Amino acid sequence: MSNSNAGTHTLSSYLTGYVIALVLTVIPFAFAWAGWFSVRTTLAIVAVTAIVQVVVHLVYFLHINYRTTPKENLLALAFAGVLIFLMIGGTLWIMFDLHYQMM
Amino acid sequence: MFGILTIDALPFYSWVAMSGAGVTVLGGVAALALVAWFNFWKPLWNDWLTSVDHKRIGVMYIILALIMLVRGFVDAIMMRMQQAFAMGNDGYLPPDHFDQIFSSHGTIMIFFMAMPFVSGLINIVVPQQIGARDVAFPFMNSVSLWLTASGAGLVLISLVIGKFSTAGWTGYPPYSGIEYSPGVGVDYWLWALLVSGVGSTMTGINFIVTILRLRAPGMTLMKMPMFSWTSLVVALLMAFAFPALTVVAVMLGLDRIFGMHFFTNGDGGNMMNFINLLWIWGHPEVYILILPAFGVYSEVVATFSQKRLFGYESLVYATAAIGLLSFTVWLHHFFTMGSSANVNAFFGIATMIIAVPTGVKVFDWLFTMYRGRIIMHSTMYWTIGFIVTFVIGGVTGVLLALPPADYLMHNSTFLVAHFHNMLIPGALFGYFAGMNYWFPKAFGFKLDEKWGKRSFWFWISGFYCAFMPLYVLGFLGMSRRMEHYDVPEWQPYLVFAAFGAVLVMIGLICIGVQIWVSVRDRAKNLDLTGDPWNGRTLEWATSSPPAAYNFAIVPTVEDVDAFHDMKKRDVAYAAPERYEDIEMPDNTPLGLIIGGFGFVLGFAMIWHMWWLAVVSIVVVIACLIIKSSNDDDEHTVPAAEIEAIEKARLEVIASQPRHPVIGAPETSVPDGNPVPGSA
Repeated sequence: MSNSNAGTHTLSSYLTGYVIALVLTVIPFAFAWAGWFSVRTTLAIVAVTAIVQVVVHLVYFLHINYRTTPKENLLALAFAGVLIFLMIGGTLWIMFDLHYQMM
Repeated sequence: MFGILTIDALPFYSWVAMSGAGVTVLGGVAALALVAWFNFWKPLWNDWLTSVDHKRIGVMYIILALIMLVRGFVDAIMMRMQQAFAMGNDGYLPPDHFDQIFSSHGTIMIFFMAMPFVSGLINIVVPQQIGARDVAFPFMNSVSLWLTASGAGLVLISLVIGKFSTAGWTGYPPYSGIEYSPGVGVDYWLWALLVSGVGSTMTGINFIVTILRLRAPGMTLMKMPMFSWTSLVVALLMAFAFPALTVVAVMLGLDRIFGMHFFTNGDGGNMMNFINLLWIWGHPEVYILILPAFGVYSEVVATFSQKRLFGYESLVYATAAIGLLSFTVWLHHFFTMGSSANVNAFFGIATMIIAVPTGVKVFDWLFTMYRGRIIMHSTMYWTIGFIVTFVIGGVTGVLLALPPADYLMHNSTFLVAHFHNMLIPGALFGYFAGMNYWFPKAFGFKLDEKWGKRSFWFWISGFYCAFMPLYVLGFLGMSRRMEHYDVPEWQPYLVFAAFGAVLVMIGLICIGVQIWVSVRDRAKNLDLTGDPWNGRTLEWATSSPPAAYNFAIVPTVEDVDAFHDMKKRDVAYAAPERYEDIEMPDNTPLGLIIGGFGFVLGFAMIWHMWWLAVVSIVVVIACLIIKSSNDDDEHTVPAAEIEAIEKARLEVIASQPRHPVIGAPETSVPDGNPVPGSA
């Protein structure tokens, strides 16, 4: 298993991933701590960096890419994506709708 | 040292609570005494508690489920008795105690009866049905079992030490928050869910990998037996839905222990988000419980109609569609929270849509029976009883899916009747059918038919008597969970419902008698061939009970009904040219230890014994490190030993009469059901 995609398992790829992940962690903490922007903007930054963080983990640590990852694994990932979209999207829709109704 | 645990936690405050605690303690002592009487300690430890064999783990899951079924039923009949009497008086249960009983009834039936039953059936059957020798992660399987058992243990111990939650099985805040429920009850509920929820997530992951990776050669996904298909979808639902429950339980725990404000009334909390997150898990959970039963019915109906399952592909697509759609309907559990008409309409329509694939399945089962040579085995009783009863529940469900109608019936006994109408026939009857169907596979002898049919008749008549009045009471305006009431018109219905509960009790006793009689007369009901019902799928190709490795030679699959096809081609019992060594995982006590310390962790957190919580976390991590640094955790079953076992088995089979195989050349009976592509 490790032979098929040995190219991506290099130390430098792990280190690159680690540094990017670290930066993506520092950014939201810094913005939340310093309070440079409004709460709404800060929350958006936290959300965006979190999503990018997920992608970084998938690419650099779990070695998912279009070339070597088997198609069924990508399919499973897409399925997970759909479910997460349903759960988080649904929650946001329901809770913001409720918030609006309660105003 | 003992946190907030004092001697006052013992139930000396009421005779009902004390007798409950007494029965729990005596039950435990009696179980230990039985083990001591039969001097069963060594086999219990070596062959069962430390086992990583999926069949034994499955059996232990089902034993746990049956024990918890009895406990949950005692709760149910206590509630029925209280409501039958408490017209214009207080009945025999104080409100606080009544609330604990309905909370524990729901918690036990969902998490510690239905879930272990599902996991147990999947464990026993799926690896054999797909031609595998074990699950993908045998040790993780053992950990899952013991985490589930320790969650059940937490609920049981709450009868003796402290009290259980009074917040219902869904534990809605703000009532379940620390402000309104300062006792340990909600914590018992939370930690039972957390500990067993981790186990369920791991079971899900284990079976996704097992089913996707370990299928026999030739078994493409579209040649997989129906029960394995429903198990695959259930495993996916478990893996994706249970994290939502874990998250919401952790958040409520943080609110309660550290005074956070996720779900409080003030300080930016929003209790409705708890309800939202809980049902993101909760609705898929309904299908986690029901889909395996659908799988059982599919197997039973094909076997005992003696023909190929009608519309196999439509059943697969219906199952997959239900799996996905089950994630799009959760708001129908809280239509009344005050969302806009658009939101309610979306989820109402989605709910009605999910009834469609379920309807497809019902027709598939009916058409499988149509022109089949039906054998009225007790499992067919459960199946037909399910189809008739479940359709009624489905119709009331579509009614409840209309938000305006739901506003009228929300939280009434109509709702209680509806979901019992789905879960008792839809899930429990299926588990009983599965138990009767696969019992000979697990133990080597069949269950008694007479008592099986008796238990069916009492269960189904009891079900109708207990829950049809609740539909009426819902229309009469009775809310659920009422400890007492002063409306005289309700009482006759509630007395009748209590009568129904007594019938169910007799049905439950019949199941006990059935097991007892079957064990007593096992010599008469032996299954020597491994194929007692003229089965169609691969699990009947192994011996009963199967050898630890299931299949000496992994079979090659050419048809959906793989074993039927092998019998037809007369290759089912062909001896191979030679046998090979098989690697099997070693037994290990680490799963039991991790589960045990999961229990200790929960207990310590409930009673605020922080040091003990830290100790148990350390032990669990240490166990995992020990296990993962042990590279020598498998043993080899030598080919000679396998050859001896298999030769003896084939000799026994050769001495037994064969089932007539429909469609085999020598019998020349025409296949009853010319499905396209089946020839």
